[in-house]
Amino acid sequence: MKKAIALVLVACMAASMFAGCGMVSSLLPGGAGDKATDNPAAGATATPAGTETSAGTQTDNPASTGTIKVGILGPHTGEYAVYGLAVKNGATLYIDKVNAEGGINGKQIEIVAYDNKGDSAEAVTAFTKMVDEGITALIGDVLTGNTIAVVGEAYPIGLPMITASATAAAVTYNADTGTVYSNVFRTCFIDPFQGEKMAQYAADVLGAKSAAVICETGNDYSEGLADAFREKCAALGVNVVASEGYSKGDVDFKSQLTNIAAAAPDVVFCPNYYEDDGLIVTQAREIGLAVPFLGGDGWAGVKDYASAEDLEGCLYCSAYAPGSSDAVKAFEADYTAKYGADSLNMFAATSYDAAMVLVAALKKAEETGEQPGSEAYMQAVIAGIASEGPSVAGVTSAAGYTFDAYNNPMKDAVIMTVTGGEEVFKQMY
Amino acid sequence: MSLLETIFRQILNGLQSGSIYALVALGYSMVYGIITLLNFAHGDIIMVGAYLAWLAMARLALNPIFAVLVAVLGCTILGMAIEKVAYKPLRGSPRISLLITAIGVSYFLENAAQMIFGASSQSIPAIIKLRAITLGGVQIPGTALVTLLTAGASMAVLTILVNHTRMGRAMRAVSEDTGAAQLMGVNISTTISFTFALGSALAGIGSVLYSCAYPQANPTMGAMLGLKAFVAAVLGGIGSLPGAMVGGFAIGLAEAFVSAVGLSAWKDGVVFAILIVVLLVRPTGLLGKPMHEKV
Repeated sequence: MKKAIALVLVACMAASMFAGCGMVSSLLPGGAGDKATDNPAAGATATPAGTETSAGTQTDNPASTGTIKVGILGPHTGEYAVYGLAVKNGATLYIDKVNAEGGINGKQIEIVAYDNKGDSAEAVTAFTKMVDEGITALIGDVLTGNTIAVVGEAYPIGLPMITASATAAAVTYNADTGTVYSNVFRTCFIDPFQGEKMAQYAADVLGAKSAAVICETGNDYSEGLADAFREKCAALGVNVVASEGYSKGDVDFKSQLTNIAAAAPDVVFCPNYYEDDGLIVTQAREIGLAVPFLGGDGWAGVKDYASAEDLEGCLYCSAYAPGSSDAVKAFEADYTAKYGADSLNMFAATSYDAAMVLVAALKKAEETGEQPGSEAYMQAVIAGIASEGPSVAGVTSAAGYTFDAYNNPMKDAVIMTVTGGEEVFKQMY
Repeated sequence: MSLLETIFRQILNGLQSGSIYALVALGYSMVYGIITLLNFAHGDIIMVGAYLAWLAMARLALNPIFAVLVAVLGCTILGMAIEKVAYKPLRGSPRISLLITAIGVSYFLENAAQMIFGASSQSIPAIIKLRAITLGGVQIPGTALVTLLTAGASMAVLTILVNHTRMGRAMRAVSEDTGAAQLMGVNISTTISFTFALGSALAGIGSVLYSCAYPQANPTMGAMLGLKAFVAAVLGGIGSLPGAMVGGFAIGLAEAFVSAVGLSAWKDGVVFAILIVVLLVRPTGLLGKPMHEKV
């Protein structure tokens, strides 16, 4: 008897090992890198990765009036290189174009590019080196964790920054102290923005009067979108009739979906990743819940995870859709001609836009007659980003870049729909 | 949808997932009954079955009926092979060695699948397409109906097999007293092999039903499923076949109930709480016979 119990207990211990094993799953992108604080040692020794200077006329004197120096920082090698290279190439593509047309106010823009290898300490080192070289503004960083580290250095000196890819709210806003980093802007969405957009879309375009939400409990991305969706629904008068959660790794959603079906909503908001989304939609159709499902950019790729019939009419929002407009097509053609299609992704486009916004601001700053790299010049650039952004018709935002109180862009989203088993561009919204 | 209908549907949801747990739990219980081994690789056999179904349908474009055959046969052969290669050489060893070997086999299968098929999920095409059936004003989804009927039929066949055939009698004899059974001329090796084949075939059927309900194959999908089926087997009384069925349905219903009242984050927690309570209050489970240590 005792032996039997002991055996079962051993089994339970083994069981907990398995449970742990089951939870080890895909590493999600987004918050990579540690939130490195000030790193004085790194700043002093300055042995960053390969410097890649390019474009424009080369001058040895950093204070030269002949050029305006702009930094581009990101992971150009390693695991995240595909993001970093997209950002570097996208921005360089536009800046080269401006230089070819004679530059700004007769001055060429000189790009100072550094590879941070996706590491926060390297990013801070490289940034310090760039400042020493006399940059006026920075396009970057790329990963959220790296960007937060660089913001810690750039905010005290008021150096204008535009990131094309860091989506965390903490990049432009310190929630602990209530400080908005006035020098930091971005041309990508923040995550919750997608929730607001889809709520707006459900109410205005789909005419939804009621909605339900199903999201993964404990997942920042999923819950962030769901919260934003619910808040916006409340503001728009859309009744959220059911809110259901599930745990990571769950495959059976029928109980939650049965509750949702009982509440009979007009739409279901499902801001999760594509594998779960596929299972959820399949099971919803099975129990007779036929309303459209809406999601965020985590849906991209869902077509392989549920049948065409079940997914028909589902919608999700994204920041970028290949070939969605003439501007996007022209950009893609230029990009592919110069860099090939390997690194052509959403961040290449948002980075191209970041360069456009920055160049518009630099034009404004040139009007002040200040010296590039000086404090007054940088202030003028920051003011210029906010004032000129709305009139910059970017690749991913034809309506321009209007920044909110937290320096996040209020731009159009791409609405994608699934039809005939394909994910296709539906409209800008 | 009326409240009554919602409750009925939730019960149906619970029975559907419960019947899969029951099929897997039967495999656990049978193997434990005959060689007192907790075969932790059992859940991973389901995973292999799901991948076989995926291979047959998505890659080889076979008819769903062949996919079902491939999955069930594949699981049966795999189960017997594991017994021959990993467990048979250890038959005289302490039980703990067998248990650890079972865990090793489980890890081996998971990692092999990850190496061959990759870590991300593979989508399995629909195996059965059935319209929902309306019964007394309540819609019953096609897959739920098929799952319940198939599981019920499998359990009926198993019961007949164990209680009314020569092989079944041998199984019961070995489980009661291996030594005495051997003296009476029962071929122990064949009987054990047959038990593994039977348990794995049920796992194969379980994997097909699982693939119908949750059409994705993933290298680690068997881990949690296996654990919950193990809890079901313990709840019903490990070694008892009716107990495994009752336990499976009870776990499925408990999960559906917990999710239905909005506590989905506690779903797994409740299942393992049941395990702890059973071990504390009634270690022999609902239908298990009190175990006497053989001298």
